[in-house]
Order: sequence, then C-alpha cells, then structure tokens
Amino acid sequence: MSQIPADLQYTKSHEWMRKLADGTVEIGITDHAQHELGDLVFAEVPEKGRVLAAGEACAVVESVKAASDVYCPLAGEVTAGNSELAATPELINQDAFGRGWLLRLRPAGAAGAFLSAAEYEQLLRAEGS
Amino acid sequence: MGRRTPLYELHLSQGARLVDFGGWDMPVQYASQLAEHHAVRSAAGVFDVSHMCIVDLTGAGTREFLRYLLANDVGRLAQAGKALYSCMLNETGGVIDDLIVYFLSDSAFRLVVNAGTREKDLHWIRRHAQAFGVAVRERTDWAMLAVQGPQARQKSVSLLGGAERQRALALPAFFGCDVADGFISRTGYTGEDGFEIMLPAAQAVDAWRALNAAGVVSCGLGARDTLRLEAGMNLYGNDMDESTHPFESGLGWTVALEPGARSFIGREALERVRSSGSARELIGLLLEDRGVLRSHQKVIVPGGGTGEITSGTFSPTLERSIGFARVPRGPVARVTVDIRGKLLAARTVKPPFVRAGKSLVY
Repeated sequence: MSQIPADLQYTKSHEWMRKLADGTVEIGITDHAQHELGDLVFAEVPEKGRVLAAGEACAVVESVKAASDVYCPLAGEVTAGNSELAATPELINQDAFGRGWLLRLRPAGAAGAFLSAAEYEQLLRAEGS
Repeated sequence: MGRRTPLYELHLSQGARLVDFGGWDMPVQYASQLAEHHAVRSAAGVFDVSHMCIVDLTGAGTREFLRYLLANDVGRLAQAGKALYSCMLNETGGVIDDLIVYFLSDSAFRLVVNAGTREKDLHWIRRHAQAFGVAVRERTDWAMLAVQGPQARQKSVSLLGGAERQRALALPAFFGCDVADGFISRTGYTGEDGFEIMLPAAQAVDAWRALNAAGVVSCGLGARDTLRLEAGMNLYGNDMDESTHPFESGLGWTVALEPGARSFIGREALERVRSSGSARELIGLLLEDRGVLRSHQKVIVPGGGTGEITSGTFSPTLERSIGFARVPRGPVARVTVDIRGKLLAARTVKPPFVRAGKSLVY
C-alpha cells in the first residue's frame, strides 16, 4: 500500500489537495498514481493566472510510456505552477506529496466533496492495489 | 486473460507489471523502466521474448521458397548460421511482417516472426509453402530469451558447457548456432551486443534465474521499446504495416531487387514505386523543445505537407525525446510537431540515435 498522508484530501482520480495557510490549495498526484505511471520524464503545469473549472485538465504528466492528464479537483485561479518539474519531473516519483506538487490554486466558490485519507485508502483497496 | 510464456509466474514473482502485448500477458517493466534501459546500455539485461514465433522450415525447396516469400534475398546466405533481416510483403508491397531468417542448412531455415502477427504469418507462410514442398513447424516447445548489453555475451555463456561456450563466444554478429537442446544467436533489438537464446520451455526459468545470479537485470517490454527506438529499429504495427511499403518505412535497404530475375511476392508493386519514386519516407526526429513525441502526433513540414509520428518516446540515453515520422519525401532539416495543440520544434536525425552505449546525435 502506498503512503497516504492523513492531513490531505483526495479524489477518485488520484489527485491530492493540501490547504495552505494563505487560503490557497496545493494540488498533486498521489504516490499510488506516480507508481502506476512509472518513471516520469515530463510534466506540464498550468501558468499563474490561468482560471480553471472543476474537472478541467490542468496538467500533463508523462512517463516513458504514456502521457496522462491531471484533472483539477476544484475551480479557481492558478497562483503557481511547480517550476522545478520542468527540469526534474522525477520529483513526482520521489516525493509525490511534497516537492512533486503540480500547482497551487485560489479556490473560487465552495469546494466539492472529496475523500479523506481513510476513504482514499479504501478506494485503493477496492481497486486491488 | 492472454497467453502466457513459460516465465509468466517468474515475472510476477519479480514484481513485474504485466500488459497485453499481441494477445500475450507480458512484463512491461519490473521496478523501473529507466533503470532497465540503462542496465542494457551499460551492463546486461534479459528480456522474455518467448511470445515471438519461431518457425522451422524444412525441405529441399526451402531456399527457393524463401527467395519467393521474402523481399530480402536468402540467396545471399552462404555460411551456415548466418541471419538475415527481411520484410514479408503482400502482392501490393505492403509489409505483412518483418522477421529474421537463419540459414541452418540447404534444406533447413528458421524464421522468427512477431507475436502480434503470428496467426496471419503462419497462414501466409503455409499457404505459399505447399507449392515448394516445404514443411512448416512452429516451435511452441521453445522459449526465447534476449540477453543484451556490453556484458551480455560473457554473462550468458555461464549457461553453457565448455565447448559450446567457446562456440557461442566465437559467433560473429548476426550468426547463430545450435547449443545443447536449443539455438543461440548474436542478434538483438537494442543496438547493443548480445545473444538471443532459444531453449526448451522447461529450461527457461532456470536459465533466467542463472542470468539474474550472474548480474543480468530482468527487463520488460517498456525498456525494449526505448532501446530499439534509440537503436533506430522499426516496430511492426507502428512504423510499418500492410498499408505501407518498405521504401516509405526506412526499410529500402532490406529489399533486394537485384538479381532482377528473382521473383518474389510484392516485387512488381515495389518496382512501380521505385520507378515513380516513393512519395513518403520515414525519418528520425529529435525534439528540441521539451515534451515527448508519441505515435500519431501530426508533423508539419516547412514548405507544405504534413506527416505523422509513427513511434516516439523519451530517450533515456539522450534525455530528450526522439521518434520516427512518416513525411512527404524531400530534404528537410526541421519540422514542427503538434503536441496537444502546441507546435514544438524538432530536427531531423538519421537513425540510429544511439549505438553501443554512445549517442550518435550532436
């Protein structure tokens, strides 16, 4: 079983969200997701100022084998994309919940219903991981 | 559930991730595709290629049969054990499959064809073999391992006894010989030195374990794909198929139109293409911008015309993206590639990109 930090929220499509002190939300893909993708060699993150709808494709992560879209769990305006990933996409493999974050967002409106760490763990179990 | 090779359980026990490949459940990677790739470039790796189809052809008419069946000319094979790479074409010059043929004796040749084309290949071969009185036998009793890398040969011969060891080490490139109950050849699909080893299915697991014990890394089809693309080698189904002919697939060098008296399937169609000139060609590309080339991306050629990426990947050796593209024929130094709506710059490179561990791209 992958590690699943208790202080984050999760989606069924394997993104995580961390509420930051300034009211923005940091978003990435889970350790389980990076493991499924394999060695990442390219990441495309959104630019600051881009306005995203909930469920919109907001980033692309590519392993040696395939490209995968990352979907923005909630609507809002991008305050930062992780510029470190341009040169070192492997940070997502090495530290999916930390230095491998993809973007930060200032949420617009109310957040939807997300999974807790326990619920996400259940989801992974159900998927047979 | 797909077909399984004799190594299926071993792959699972080694933590392989399995995928469907041509109807077979095959390991795509073990721990890390990148690490497996680098192991082959720097030391040695082993691939399960038992899904590939080994076909033994026997009978006095075998050489004449193959001279008719294949676009390359087995008449060139004079020394026992010598291998030849060839396309097998249909009447319109489309590629039914690409394969390796080994000359064993005047009445025996061995083919290795792709897994995904097995059924249609066997059907086609049997259909045409009858007239030549050639017997066709698929070697489902054998497994096949590809051991590749600069240390591959030295590490592989630990599987063999003394005399056979010497014989295997003495094989020149693109030759094979019988060993014990199997066959070993100095061939591969990675651009590195190495062996491909055919052996009885029941011996495959022990051989794999012995190779691991000798320091040979288990490698999946993911690494096999990045290695072959760096080595400038085509993949059937991606870079050519029945809708494309060898001249637009970077395989003109494998078509033997001389001697002109040799009749082979597809010859008339290829002669027409050659006299009018192929409209398209397969080129190598190195992506200059950041991103990853993938098959089916659109390629825009300066001065008009478009083409398509046929194979693309991230090259672990070059740490850039490389690929093949089929484009209108003509000199072109630079193209743009549409990657998810962004137009990125790529320059043309004559494959191979990497050989024997060294980058050939400057």
